[in-house]
Amino acid sequence: MTISPRRLPFLLFLTAATFAFVYPLVWLVSASLKPRSQVFDNRLIPAVFQPENYVRVWEAAPVMRWLVNSLTVGFMAAAAVTLSSAVVAFGFAYFRFRGRNLLFGVLLSTMMLPGAVTMIPVYLIWNQLGMIDTQIPLWAQNLFGSAFYVFLLRQFFLGIPRELFEAARVDGCGYFGMFRRIAFPLCKPALVIVFVFEFKASWSDLMKPLIYLQTPDYFTMPRGLKQIIDAFALSGHYEWEIAIAASVIAVVPMIVLFAFGQRYILDGVATTAQKG
Amino acid sequence: MTATVEQVTTEGPAEPLRRDRRPRRSPLARREDRAGWAFVAPWVIGFLIFTAGPMIASLVLSFTDYQMIQAPRAVGLENYRELFDDPRVLKALSNTFVYAAMFVPLGTIFALVLAMMLQRVGRAGGFFRTAFYLPEMTPGVAAAAMFLLLLNGQQGLVNKVLGWIGINGPNWTADPAWLKPSLAMVSLWTLGGTVVIYLAALNGVPKQLYEAAELDGAGQFTQFFRITVPMISGALFFTVITNTIAAMQMFDQAYTMFYGPQQKAAASEESLVYMVYLFQNAFQFFKMGFASAMAWLLFVIILLITFLQVRIGNRYVYYHGER
Repeated sequence: MTISPRRLPFLLFLTAATFAFVYPLVWLVSASLKPRSQVFDNRLIPAVFQPENYVRVWEAAPVMRWLVNSLTVGFMAAAAVTLSSAVVAFGFAYFRFRGRNLLFGVLLSTMMLPGAVTMIPVYLIWNQLGMIDTQIPLWAQNLFGSAFYVFLLRQFFLGIPRELFEAARVDGCGYFGMFRRIAFPLCKPALVIVFVFEFKASWSDLMKPLIYLQTPDYFTMPRGLKQIIDAFALSGHYEWEIAIAASVIAVVPMIVLFAFGQRYILDGVATTAQKG
Repeated sequence: MTATVEQVTTEGPAEPLRRDRRPRRSPLARREDRAGWAFVAPWVIGFLIFTAGPMIASLVLSFTDYQMIQAPRAVGLENYRELFDDPRVLKALSNTFVYAAMFVPLGTIFALVLAMMLQRVGRAGGFFRTAFYLPEMTPGVAAAAMFLLLLNGQQGLVNKVLGWIGINGPNWTADPAWLKPSLAMVSLWTLGGTVVIYLAALNGVPKQLYEAAELDGAGQFTQFFRITVPMISGALFFTVITNTIAAMQMFDQAYTMFYGPQQKAAASEESLVYMVYLFQNAFQFFKMGFASAMAWLLFVIILLITFLQVRIGNRYVYYHGER
Protein backbone atom coordinates (compact mmCIF):
# COMPACT_ATOMS: atom_id res chain seq x y z
CA MET A 1 0.00 0.00 0.00
CA THR A 2 1.50 3.31 -1.02
CA ILE A 3 1.01 6.12 1.43
CA SER A 4 0.37 9.44 -0.21
CA PRO A 5 1.07 12.59 1.81
CA ARG A 6 -2.63 13.36 1.72
CA ARG A 7 -3.42 10.12 3.50
CA LEU A 8 -0.66 10.30 6.07
CA PRO A 9 -2.54 12.43 8.65
CA PHE A 10 -5.53 10.11 8.43
CA LEU A 11 -3.39 7.07 8.99
CA LEU A 12 -1.68 8.70 11.96
CA PHE A 13 -5.01 9.63 13.49
CA LEU A 14 -6.41 6.16 12.88
CA THR A 15 -3.36 4.55 14.39
CA ALA A 16 -3.80 6.66 17.50
CA ALA A 17 -7.49 5.73 17.67
CA THR A 18 -6.68 2.05 17.18
CA PHE A 19 -4.21 2.34 20.01
CA ALA A 20 -6.91 3.81 22.24
CA PHE A 21 -9.36 1.02 21.40
CA VAL A 22 -7.04 -1.98 21.43
CA TYR A 23 -4.31 -1.07 23.90
CA PRO A 24 -6.46 -1.35 27.07
CA LEU A 25 -7.10 -5.02 26.23
CA VAL A 26 -3.40 -5.63 25.58
CA TRP A 27 -2.60 -3.84 28.82
CA LEU A 28 -5.12 -6.02 30.65
CA VAL A 29 -3.49 -9.24 29.46
CA SER A 30 -0.05 -7.90 30.28
CA ALA A 31 -1.12 -6.73 33.76
CA SER A 32 -2.69 -10.10 34.48
CA LEU A 33 0.79 -11.64 34.30
CA LYS A 34 2.46 -9.17 36.67
CA PRO A 35 2.90 -9.18 40.43
CA ARG A 36 0.63 -6.74 42.27
CA SER A 37 3.37 -4.20 42.89
CA GLN A 38 4.01 -3.91 39.16
CA VAL A 39 0.48 -3.78 37.81
CA PHE A 40 0.86 -0.09 37.11
CA ASP A 41 4.34 -0.08 35.62
CA ASN A 42 4.65 0.92 31.99
CA ARG A 43 6.11 -2.29 30.68
CA LEU A 44 4.13 -4.24 28.14
CA ILE A 45 6.34 -7.29 28.70
CA PRO A 46 6.23 -7.92 32.46
CA ALA A 47 9.59 -7.55 34.22
CA VAL A 48 8.57 -10.42 36.46
CA PHE A 49 6.19 -12.99 35.00
CA GLN A 50 3.60 -14.14 37.46
CA PRO A 51 1.25 -16.53 35.68
CA GLU A 52 0.38 -17.85 39.14
CA ASN A 53 -2.25 -15.09 39.20
CA TYR A 54 -4.41 -17.41 37.14
CA VAL A 55 -3.78 -20.30 39.49
CA ARG A 56 -4.79 -18.08 42.38
CA VAL A 57 -8.05 -17.08 40.66
CA TRP A 58 -8.74 -20.77 40.22
CA GLU A 59 -8.13 -21.36 43.92
CA ALA A 60 -9.99 -18.26 45.12
CA ALA A 61 -13.18 -18.78 43.13
CA PRO A 62 -15.00 -21.47 41.16
CA VAL A 63 -14.01 -19.84 37.88
CA MET A 64 -14.23 -23.05 35.90
CA ARG A 65 -17.83 -23.49 37.06
CA TRP A 66 -18.61 -19.90 36.12
CA LEU A 67 -17.17 -20.42 32.67
CA VAL A 68 -19.21 -23.56 32.14
CA ASN A 69 -22.31 -21.77 33.48
CA SER A 70 -21.80 -18.83 31.12
CA LEU A 71 -21.30 -21.18 28.19
CA THR A 72 -24.40 -23.20 29.06
CA VAL A 73 -26.63 -20.19 29.69
CA GLY A 74 -25.26 -18.42 26.61
CA PHE A 75 -25.86 -21.44 24.41
CA MET A 76 -29.38 -22.01 25.71
CA ALA A 77 -30.28 -18.32 25.42
CA ALA A 78 -28.87 -18.02 21.91
CA ALA A 79 -30.28 -21.30 20.57
CA ALA A 80 -33.72 -20.60 22.05
CA VAL A 81 -33.96 -17.07 20.72
CA THR A 82 -32.64 -17.99 17.27
CA LEU A 83 -35.11 -20.83 16.72
CA SER A 84 -38.16 -19.12 18.16
CA SER A 85 -37.47 -15.75 16.52
CA ALA A 86 -36.96 -17.47 13.16
CA VAL A 87 -40.31 -19.27 13.40
CA VAL A 88 -42.11 -16.06 14.37
CA ALA A 89 -40.28 -14.00 11.75
CA PHE A 90 -41.29 -16.49 9.08
CA GLY A 91 -44.89 -16.14 10.24
CA PHE A 92 -44.74 -12.38 9.82
CA ALA A 93 -42.83 -12.52 6.55
CA TYR A 94 -44.72 -15.16 4.61
CA PHE A 95 -48.35 -15.27 5.75
CA ARG A 96 -50.94 -12.58 5.17
CA PHE A 97 -53.12 -13.40 8.11
CA ARG A 98 -55.73 -11.26 9.74
CA GLY A 99 -54.33 -8.98 12.40
CA ARG A 100 -50.80 -9.27 11.06
CA ASN A 101 -50.10 -5.57 10.70
CA LEU A 102 -51.53 -4.72 14.09
CA LEU A 103 -49.55 -7.53 15.72
CA PHE A 104 -46.35 -6.50 13.97
CA GLY A 105 -46.87 -2.91 15.11
CA VAL A 106 -47.21 -4.14 18.70
CA LEU A 107 -44.03 -6.19 18.28
CA LEU A 108 -42.08 -3.19 17.01
CA SER A 109 -43.31 -0.96 19.81
CA THR A 110 -42.15 -3.45 22.46
CA MET A 111 -38.58 -2.74 21.35
CA MET A 112 -38.83 0.68 22.96
CA LEU A 113 -40.08 -0.62 26.28
CA PRO A 114 -37.42 -0.29 28.99
CA GLY A 115 -36.68 -3.60 30.67
CA ALA A 116 -37.30 -1.99 34.05
CA VAL A 117 -41.06 -1.90 33.47
CA THR A 118 -41.43 -5.66 33.23
CA MET A 119 -38.45 -6.59 35.41
CA ILE A 120 -40.23 -6.73 38.78
CA PRO A 121 -43.38 -8.68 37.79
CA VAL A 122 -41.27 -11.10 35.75
CA TYR A 123 -39.13 -11.63 38.85
CA LEU A 124 -42.30 -12.29 40.84
CA ILE A 125 -43.42 -14.86 38.25
CA TRP A 126 -40.15 -16.80 38.49
CA ASN A 127 -40.29 -16.46 42.25
CA GLN A 128 -43.81 -17.93 42.23
CA LEU A 129 -42.55 -20.81 40.11
CA GLY A 130 -39.74 -21.46 42.56
CA MET A 131 -37.09 -20.74 39.95
CA ILE A 132 -35.08 -18.20 41.93
CA ASP A 133 -31.46 -19.27 42.28
CA THR A 134 -31.68 -21.42 39.17
CA GLN A 135 -30.37 -20.49 35.75
CA ILE A 136 -33.70 -21.05 34.02
CA PRO A 137 -34.87 -17.39 34.23
CA LEU A 138 -31.66 -16.38 32.47
CA TRP A 139 -32.70 -18.01 29.20
CA ALA A 140 -36.21 -19.49 29.28
CA GLN A 141 -37.90 -16.26 28.19
CA ASN A 142 -35.93 -16.52 24.96
CA LEU A 143 -38.09 -19.48 23.91
CA PHE A 144 -40.76 -16.95 22.96
CA GLY A 145 -38.66 -14.97 20.51
CA SER A 146 -37.36 -11.46 20.83
CA ALA A 147 -38.83 -8.46 19.00
CA PHE A 148 -35.56 -7.14 17.64
CA TYR A 149 -34.45 -10.48 16.20
CA VAL A 150 -37.92 -11.18 14.78
CA PHE A 151 -37.74 -7.84 13.03
CA LEU A 152 -34.22 -8.51 11.73
CA LEU A 153 -34.96 -12.04 10.51
CA ARG A 154 -38.24 -10.98 8.90
CA GLN A 155 -36.28 -8.57 6.72
CA PHE A 156 -34.10 -11.45 5.59
CA PHE A 157 -37.03 -13.79 4.93
CA LEU A 158 -38.73 -11.08 2.88
CA GLY A 159 -35.67 -11.14 0.64
CA ILE A 160 -36.31 -14.76 -0.40
CA PRO A 161 -38.16 -14.88 -3.74
CA ARG A 162 -41.74 -15.96 -3.13
CA GLU A 163 -41.62 -18.23 -6.17
CA LEU A 164 -39.35 -20.58 -4.24
CA PHE A 165 -42.07 -21.16 -1.67
CA GLU A 166 -44.79 -21.46 -4.28
CA ALA A 167 -42.74 -24.06 -6.11
CA ALA A 168 -42.36 -26.01 -2.88
CA ARG A 169 -46.11 -25.79 -2.33
CA VAL A 170 -46.71 -27.28 -5.74
CA ASP A 171 -44.38 -30.10 -4.83
CA GLY A 172 -46.53 -30.80 -1.80
CA CYS A 173 -44.50 -29.10 0.86
CA GLY A 174 -46.41 -27.99 3.97
CA TYR A 175 -46.03 -24.63 5.71
CA PHE A 176 -43.61 -25.93 8.28
CA GLY A 177 -41.66 -27.75 5.60
CA MET A 178 -41.27 -24.47 3.71
CA PHE A 179 -39.83 -22.91 6.83
CA ARG A 180 -37.54 -25.79 7.64
CA ARG A 181 -36.39 -26.69 4.14
CA ILE A 182 -36.28 -23.31 2.41
CA ALA A 183 -36.43 -20.26 4.68
CA PHE A 184 -34.25 -21.60 7.47
CA PRO A 185 -31.32 -22.86 5.34
CA LEU A 186 -31.36 -19.80 3.09
CA CYS A 187 -31.07 -17.44 6.05
CA LYS A 188 -28.17 -19.19 7.73
CA PRO A 189 -25.93 -16.08 7.76
CA ALA A 190 -28.69 -14.06 9.45
CA LEU A 191 -29.32 -16.85 11.94
CA VAL A 192 -25.64 -16.95 12.80
CA ILE A 193 -25.77 -13.20 13.44
CA VAL A 194 -28.72 -13.60 15.79
CA PHE A 195 -27.05 -16.50 17.61
CA VAL A 196 -23.79 -14.61 18.07
CA PHE A 197 -25.49 -11.37 19.14
CA GLU A 198 -27.55 -13.14 21.76
CA PHE A 199 -24.65 -15.26 22.96
CA LYS A 200 -22.61 -12.10 23.44
CA ALA A 201 -25.51 -10.33 25.18
CA SER A 202 -26.00 -13.29 27.50
CA TRP A 203 -22.27 -13.57 28.20
CA SER A 204 -22.09 -9.89 29.18
CA ASP A 205 -25.28 -9.64 31.19
CA LEU A 206 -24.92 -8.62 34.81
CA MET A 207 -28.43 -7.57 35.81
CA LYS A 208 -30.24 -10.91 35.47
CA PRO A 209 -27.59 -12.96 37.30
CA LEU A 210 -27.64 -10.31 40.05
CA ILE A 211 -31.41 -10.60 40.36
CA TYR A 212 -31.83 -14.35 40.06
CA LEU A 213 -28.67 -16.02 41.37
CA GLN A 214 -27.53 -16.30 44.97
CA THR A 215 -25.39 -19.43 45.13
CA PRO A 216 -21.88 -18.68 43.86
CA ASP A 217 -21.74 -22.07 42.14
CA TYR A 218 -24.53 -20.98 39.80
CA PHE A 219 -22.94 -17.62 38.89
CA THR A 220 -22.09 -16.66 35.36
CA MET A 221 -18.70 -15.10 34.60
CA PRO A 222 -19.72 -11.40 34.94
CA ARG A 223 -21.58 -12.09 38.17
CA GLY A 224 -18.56 -13.97 39.48
CA LEU A 225 -16.20 -11.21 38.43
CA LYS A 226 -18.33 -8.68 40.28
CA GLN A 227 -18.14 -10.96 43.32
CA ILE A 228 -14.33 -11.00 43.12
CA ILE A 229 -14.17 -7.21 42.87
CA ASP A 230 -16.56 -6.84 45.81
CA ALA A 231 -14.63 -9.31 47.93
CA PHE A 232 -11.41 -7.35 47.57
CA ALA A 233 -13.16 -4.05 48.12
CA LEU A 234 -14.65 -5.40 51.34
CA SER A 235 -11.40 -6.80 52.64
CA GLY A 236 -9.79 -3.40 52.09
CA HIS A 237 -6.67 -4.58 50.33
CA TYR A 238 -7.10 -4.76 46.63
CA GLU A 239 -5.69 -7.90 45.11
CA TRP A 240 -6.02 -6.36 41.70
CA GLU A 241 -3.86 -8.88 39.92
CA ILE A 242 -6.53 -11.49 40.63
CA ALA A 243 -9.42 -9.29 39.48
CA ILE A 244 -7.44 -8.56 36.33
CA ALA A 245 -6.75 -12.21 35.64
CA ALA A 246 -10.46 -12.96 36.17
CA SER A 247 -11.36 -10.15 33.76
CA VAL A 248 -9.09 -11.69 31.14
CA ILE A 249 -10.85 -15.03 31.65
CA ALA A 250 -14.22 -13.28 31.09
CA VAL A 251 -13.02 -11.49 27.94
CA VAL A 252 -11.01 -14.14 26.10
CA PRO A 253 -13.91 -16.40 25.03
CA MET A 254 -15.59 -13.37 23.46
CA ILE A 255 -12.40 -12.43 21.62
CA VAL A 256 -12.13 -15.97 20.30
CA LEU A 257 -15.74 -15.84 19.18
CA PHE A 258 -15.04 -12.54 17.45
CA ALA A 259 -11.94 -13.90 15.76
CA PHE A 260 -14.00 -16.67 14.17
CA GLY A 261 -17.19 -14.77 13.49
CA GLN A 262 -15.66 -11.39 12.61
CA ARG A 263 -17.16 -10.96 9.17
CA TYR A 264 -20.58 -12.15 10.24
CA ILE A 265 -20.59 -9.94 13.31
CA LEU A 266 -19.39 -6.75 11.63
CA ASP A 267 -21.62 -7.14 8.59
CA GLY A 268 -24.48 -8.00 10.93
CA VAL A 269 -23.97 -4.82 12.94
CA ALA A 270 -23.79 -2.82 9.72
CA THR A 271 -27.09 -4.23 8.45
CA THR A 272 -29.04 -3.76 11.67
CA ALA A 273 -29.28 -0.02 11.10
CA GLN A 274 -29.75 -0.30 7.35
CA LYS A 275 -32.64 -2.72 7.72
CA GLY A 276 -34.31 -0.34 10.12
CA MET B 1 -48.57 -18.94 -7.65
CA THR B 2 -50.86 -21.71 -6.55
CA ALA B 3 -53.22 -19.31 -4.80
CA THR B 4 -53.92 -17.51 -8.02
CA VAL B 5 -54.54 -20.71 -9.90
CA GLU B 6 -57.03 -22.07 -7.37
CA GLN B 7 -58.95 -18.85 -7.04
CA VAL B 8 -59.08 -18.36 -10.75
CA THR B 9 -60.45 -21.84 -11.32
CA THR B 10 -63.10 -21.60 -8.60
CA GLU B 11 -64.27 -18.05 -9.09
CA GLY B 12 -63.89 -17.68 -12.82
CA PRO B 13 -61.28 -15.97 -14.89
CA ALA B 14 -62.77 -12.46 -14.51
CA GLU B 15 -62.16 -12.43 -10.78
CA PRO B 16 -58.76 -10.95 -9.83
CA LEU B 17 -56.67 -12.20 -6.92
CA ARG B 18 -58.44 -10.87 -3.84
CA ARG B 19 -56.92 -12.63 -0.85
CA ASP B 20 -56.67 -9.40 1.15
CA ARG B 21 -60.22 -8.15 0.63
CA ARG B 22 -62.52 -8.56 3.57
CA PRO B 23 -65.98 -9.92 2.73
CA ARG B 24 -65.36 -13.38 1.30
CA ARG B 25 -62.39 -15.30 2.63
CA SER B 26 -61.70 -18.44 0.73
CA PRO B 27 -60.90 -21.63 2.63
CA LEU B 28 -57.32 -21.10 1.48
CA ALA B 29 -57.19 -17.66 3.05
CA ARG B 30 -58.59 -19.02 6.28
CA ARG B 31 -56.00 -21.77 6.22
CA GLU B 32 -53.35 -19.10 5.79
CA ASP B 33 -54.82 -17.18 8.74
CA ARG B 34 -54.48 -20.22 10.93
CA ALA B 35 -50.98 -21.04 9.73
CA GLY B 36 -49.82 -17.45 10.21
CA TRP B 37 -51.13 -17.34 13.74
CA ALA B 38 -49.55 -20.71 14.49
CA PHE B 39 -46.14 -19.42 13.45
CA VAL B 40 -46.35 -16.18 15.42
CA ALA B 41 -47.97 -17.91 18.40
CA PRO B 42 -44.72 -18.29 20.39
CA TRP B 43 -44.20 -14.57 20.34
CA VAL B 44 -47.87 -13.79 21.10
CA ILE B 45 -47.78 -16.13 24.11
CA GLY B 46 -44.46 -14.69 25.29
CA PHE B 47 -45.79 -11.19 24.81
CA LEU B 48 -48.83 -11.89 26.97
CA ILE B 49 -46.85 -13.65 29.74
CA PHE B 50 -43.66 -11.61 29.81
CA THR B 51 -44.63 -8.18 28.45
CA ALA B 52 -48.32 -7.28 28.49
CA GLY B 53 -49.13 -9.06 31.75
CA PRO B 54 -46.11 -7.72 33.60
CA MET B 55 -46.79 -4.19 32.28
CA ILE B 56 -50.26 -4.25 33.81
CA ALA B 57 -48.93 -5.88 36.98
CA SER B 58 -46.17 -3.31 37.26
CA LEU B 59 -48.65 -0.46 36.82
CA VAL B 60 -50.90 -1.93 39.51
CA LEU B 61 -47.93 -2.53 41.83
CA SER B 62 -46.84 1.07 41.40
CA PHE B 63 -49.97 2.10 43.32
CA THR B 64 -49.21 -0.27 46.18
CA ASP B 65 -46.81 -0.80 49.01
CA TYR B 66 -45.31 -4.22 48.40
CA GLN B 67 -42.37 -5.53 50.37
CA MET B 68 -42.89 -9.18 49.34
CA ILE B 69 -43.48 -10.30 52.93
CA GLN B 70 -47.14 -9.35 52.95
CA ALA B 71 -49.68 -8.92 50.18
CA PRO B 72 -49.51 -5.60 48.30
CA ARG B 73 -51.36 -2.79 50.07
CA ALA B 74 -52.98 -0.08 47.97
CA VAL B 75 -51.52 3.34 48.69
CA GLY B 76 -52.91 5.38 45.80
CA LEU B 77 -50.48 7.91 44.44
CA GLU B 78 -48.18 7.69 47.43
CA ASN B 79 -45.27 6.14 45.48
CA TYR B 80 -45.51 8.77 42.79
CA ARG B 81 -45.54 11.53 45.38
CA GLU B 82 -42.48 9.95 46.97
CA LEU B 83 -40.72 9.93 43.59
CA PHE B 84 -40.65 13.69 43.59
CA ASP B 85 -39.89 13.98 47.30
CA ASP B 86 -36.98 11.55 47.30
CA PRO B 87 -33.84 13.60 46.68
CA ARG B 88 -32.02 10.45 45.56
CA VAL B 89 -34.52 9.85 42.75
CA LEU B 90 -33.98 13.38 41.50
CA LYS B 91 -30.22 13.05 41.92
CA ALA B 92 -30.21 9.73 40.04
CA LEU B 93 -32.30 11.27 37.30
CA SER B 94 -30.05 14.27 36.89
CA ASN B 95 -26.93 12.08 36.98
CA THR B 96 -28.41 9.93 34.24
CA PHE B 97 -29.23 12.97 32.12
CA VAL B 98 -25.75 14.40 32.59
CA TYR B 99 -24.17 11.08 31.64
CA ALA B 100 -26.41 10.75 28.57
CA ALA B 101 -25.75 14.36 27.59
CA MET B 102 -22.02 13.61 27.63
CA PHE B 103 -22.10 10.21 26.00
CA VAL B 104 -24.65 10.60 23.21
CA PRO B 105 -23.35 13.77 21.46
CA LEU B 106 -19.68 12.95 22.05
CA GLY B 107 -20.24 9.38 20.92
CA THR B 108 -22.03 10.48 17.76
CA ILE B 109 -19.28 12.91 16.82
CA PHE B 110 -16.41 10.54 17.66
CA ALA B 111 -17.99 7.67 15.79
CA LEU B 112 -18.73 9.83 12.76
CA VAL B 113 -15.18 11.21 12.62
CA LEU B 114 -13.73 7.71 12.94
CA ALA B 115 -16.07 6.28 10.31
CA MET B 116 -15.19 9.07 7.86
CA MET B 117 -11.50 8.41 8.44
CA LEU B 118 -12.01 4.69 7.86
CA GLN B 119 -13.76 5.41 4.61
CA ARG B 120 -10.92 7.56 3.35
CA VAL B 121 -8.23 4.95 3.87
CA GLY B 122 -10.09 2.59 1.59
CA ARG B 123 -9.34 -1.10 1.89
CA ALA B 124 -7.25 -0.72 5.04
CA GLY B 125 -10.50 0.44 6.67
CA GLY B 126 -11.44 -3.19 7.21
CA PHE B 127 -8.57 -3.70 9.62
CA PHE B 128 -9.42 -0.59 11.64
CA ARG B 129 -13.10 -1.48 11.66
CA THR B 130 -12.20 -4.75 13.35
CA ALA B 131 -9.95 -3.00 15.85
CA PHE B 132 -12.62 -0.46 16.78
CA TYR B 133 -15.26 -3.10 17.28
CA LEU B 134 -13.12 -5.33 19.48
CA PRO B 135 -13.97 -3.56 22.78
CA GLU B 136 -17.67 -4.19 22.13
CA MET B 137 -16.98 -7.85 22.77
CA THR B 138 -15.80 -7.07 26.31
CA PRO B 139 -18.45 -7.78 28.97
CA GLY B 140 -19.47 -4.58 30.77
CA VAL B 141 -18.22 -5.84 34.13
CA ALA B 142 -14.77 -6.63 32.75
CA ALA B 143 -14.59 -3.28 30.95
CA ALA B 144 -15.59 -1.48 34.15
CA ALA B 145 -13.05 -3.39 36.24
CA MET B 146 -10.37 -2.57 33.71
CA PHE B 147 -11.25 1.12 33.62
CA LEU B 148 -11.14 1.34 37.41
CA LEU B 149 -7.42 0.69 36.96
CA LEU B 150 -6.88 2.65 33.76
CA LEU B 151 -8.54 5.69 35.35
CA ASN B 152 -6.67 5.37 38.63
CA GLY B 153 -5.76 8.91 39.65
CA GLN B 154 -2.16 8.31 40.68
CA GLN B 155 -0.94 5.52 38.47
CA GLY B 156 -3.62 4.89 35.85
CA LEU B 157 -2.67 4.72 32.20
CA VAL B 158 -5.10 7.47 31.17
CA ASN B 159 -3.46 10.02 33.44
CA LYS B 160 0.00 8.85 32.39
CA VAL B 161 -0.86 9.50 28.75
CA LEU B 162 -2.38 12.87 29.69
CA GLY B 163 0.87 13.59 31.56
CA TRP B 164 2.91 13.17 28.38
CA ILE B 165 1.06 16.09 26.84
CA GLY B 166 1.39 18.14 30.00
CA ILE B 167 -2.09 17.64 31.43
CA ASN B 168 -2.45 16.86 35.10
CA GLY B 169 -5.27 14.32 35.01
CA PRO B 170 -8.02 14.29 37.65
CA ASN B 171 -8.69 11.61 40.20
CA TRP B 172 -11.28 10.06 37.87
CA THR B 173 -12.86 7.36 40.01
CA ALA B 174 -12.64 9.10 43.39
CA ASP B 175 -13.28 12.80 42.73
CA PRO B 176 -17.10 13.23 42.75
CA ALA B 177 -16.93 15.71 39.86
CA TRP B 178 -15.29 13.14 37.59
CA LEU B 179 -17.41 10.05 38.22
CA LYS B 180 -19.83 10.68 35.38
CA PRO B 181 -17.09 11.52 32.87
CA SER B 182 -15.47 8.23 33.95
CA LEU B 183 -18.67 6.34 33.17
CA ALA B 184 -18.98 8.14 29.83
CA MET B 185 -15.38 7.18 29.04
CA VAL B 186 -16.11 3.47 29.45
CA SER B 187 -19.13 3.85 27.16
CA LEU B 188 -17.10 5.73 24.56
CA TRP B 189 -14.57 2.93 24.55
CA THR B 190 -17.30 0.47 23.55
CA LEU B 191 -18.56 2.60 20.68
CA GLY B 192 -17.41 0.38 17.83
CA GLY B 193 -20.90 -0.69 16.80
CA THR B 194 -21.87 2.89 16.02
CA VAL B 195 -18.69 3.34 13.96
CA VAL B 196 -19.50 0.21 11.95
CA ILE B 197 -23.05 1.43 11.31
CA TYR B 198 -21.84 4.86 10.16
CA LEU B 199 -19.21 3.31 7.91
CA ALA B 200 -21.85 1.19 6.19
CA ALA B 201 -24.05 4.27 5.75
CA LEU B 202 -21.15 6.32 4.35
CA ASN B 203 -20.33 3.57 1.87
CA GLY B 204 -23.91 3.77 0.65
CA VAL B 205 -23.66 7.42 -0.40
CA PRO B 206 -23.37 7.62 -4.22
CA LYS B 207 -19.95 8.92 -5.29
CA GLN B 208 -21.48 10.97 -8.11
CA LEU B 209 -23.02 13.34 -5.58
CA TYR B 210 -19.58 14.39 -4.41
CA GLU B 211 -18.24 14.59 -7.94
CA ALA B 212 -21.12 16.82 -8.99
CA ALA B 213 -20.67 19.00 -5.92
CA GLU B 214 -16.97 19.29 -6.65
CA LEU B 215 -17.72 20.46 -10.17
CA ASP B 216 -20.04 23.07 -8.74
CA GLY B 217 -17.16 24.26 -6.60
CA ALA B 218 -18.50 23.08 -3.25
CA GLY B 219 -15.82 22.91 -0.56
CA GLN B 220 -15.25 20.13 1.99
CA PHE B 221 -17.49 21.77 4.57
CA THR B 222 -20.37 22.31 2.18
CA GLN B 223 -20.05 18.73 0.96
CA PHE B 224 -20.09 17.43 4.50
CA PHE B 225 -23.15 19.35 5.63
CA ARG B 226 -25.08 19.30 2.35
CA ILE B 227 -24.33 15.75 1.17
CA THR B 228 -22.77 13.50 3.80
CA VAL B 229 -24.95 14.43 6.77
CA PRO B 230 -28.29 14.36 4.93
CA MET B 231 -27.44 11.13 3.12
CA ILE B 232 -26.54 9.27 6.31
CA SER B 233 -29.14 11.03 8.46
CA GLY B 234 -31.12 7.78 8.72
CA ALA B 235 -28.19 6.01 10.40
CA LEU B 236 -27.43 9.04 12.59
CA PHE B 237 -31.05 9.17 13.68
CA PHE B 238 -31.17 5.44 14.43
CA THR B 239 -28.00 5.48 16.55
CA VAL B 240 -28.87 8.66 18.43
CA ILE B 241 -32.21 7.16 19.45
CA THR B 242 -30.86 3.73 20.40
CA ASN B 243 -27.83 5.19 22.20
CA THR B 244 -30.05 7.59 24.15
CA ILE B 245 -32.40 4.79 25.21
CA ALA B 246 -29.40 2.67 26.23
CA ALA B 247 -27.80 5.59 28.12
CA MET B 248 -30.97 6.20 30.11
CA GLN B 249 -30.82 2.56 31.25
CA MET B 250 -27.08 2.35 31.92
CA PHE B 251 -26.38 -0.02 34.79
CA ASP B 252 -23.43 -2.40 34.42
CA GLN B 253 -20.56 0.09 34.49
CA ALA B 254 -21.94 2.23 37.31
CA TYR B 255 -22.88 -0.75 39.44
CA THR B 256 -19.56 -2.54 38.91
CA MET B 257 -17.40 0.50 39.51
CA PHE B 258 -19.19 2.21 42.38
CA TYR B 259 -21.78 -0.08 43.96
CA GLY B 260 -22.14 -3.35 45.72
CA PRO B 261 -20.95 -3.96 49.26
CA GLN B 262 -18.01 -1.60 48.84
CA GLN B 263 -19.95 1.52 47.92
CA LYS B 264 -18.36 4.67 49.21
CA ALA B 265 -20.79 7.19 50.61
CA ALA B 266 -19.10 10.20 49.05
CA ALA B 267 -18.82 8.67 45.63
CA SER B 268 -22.23 7.09 45.47
CA GLU B 269 -24.31 10.28 45.27
CA GLU B 270 -22.58 11.48 42.12
CA SER B 271 -22.42 8.11 40.41
CA LEU B 272 -25.96 7.04 41.30
CA VAL B 273 -27.63 6.47 37.93
CA TYR B 274 -31.34 5.80 37.67
CA MET B 275 -31.21 2.05 37.00
CA VAL B 276 -28.85 1.50 39.92
CA TYR B 277 -31.24 3.22 42.32
CA LEU B 278 -34.20 1.37 40.83
CA PHE B 279 -32.34 -1.94 41.20
CA GLN B 280 -31.45 -1.13 44.81
CA ASN B 281 -35.04 -0.25 45.66
CA ALA B 282 -36.41 -3.40 44.07
CA PHE B 283 -33.86 -6.04 45.00
CA GLN B 284 -31.97 -4.69 47.99
CA PHE B 285 -34.65 -2.73 49.88
CA PHE B 286 -37.48 -4.84 48.39
CA LYS B 287 -39.64 -1.77 47.86
CA MET B 288 -41.36 -3.37 44.87
CA GLY B 289 -44.17 -0.83 44.64
CA PHE B 290 -41.89 2.18 44.72
CA ALA B 291 -39.47 0.57 42.25
CA SER B 292 -42.40 -0.08 39.89
CA ALA B 293 -43.34 3.59 40.06
CA MET B 294 -39.70 4.43 39.28
CA ALA B 295 -39.85 2.11 36.27
CA TRP B 296 -42.96 3.84 34.93
CA LEU B 297 -41.39 7.26 35.40
CA LEU B 298 -38.38 6.04 33.39
CA PHE B 299 -40.69 4.67 30.70
CA VAL B 300 -42.54 7.98 30.40
CA ILE B 301 -39.25 9.91 30.24
CA ILE B 302 -37.84 7.62 27.54
CA LEU B 303 -41.12 7.90 25.59
CA LEU B 304 -41.00 11.68 25.77
CA ILE B 305 -37.36 11.90 24.71
CA THR B 306 -37.86 9.46 21.85
CA PHE B 307 -41.02 11.26 20.73
CA LEU B 308 -39.14 14.55 20.75
CA GLN B 309 -36.24 13.04 18.81
CA VAL B 310 -38.60 11.56 16.24
CA ARG B 311 -40.39 14.91 15.86
CA ILE B 312 -37.10 16.72 15.31
CA GLY B 313 -35.72 13.85 13.25
CA ASN B 314 -38.62 13.72 10.82
CA ARG B 315 -37.89 17.27 9.83
CA TYR B 316 -34.29 16.49 8.91
CA VAL B 317 -33.95 12.82 8.18
CA TYR B 318 -33.69 11.97 4.53
CA TYR B 319 -34.46 8.46 3.41
CA HIS B 320 -33.38 7.47 -0.03
CA GLY B 321 -35.65 5.05 -1.71
CA GLU B 322 -39.38 5.07 -1.20
CA ARG B 323 -40.72 5.40 2.31
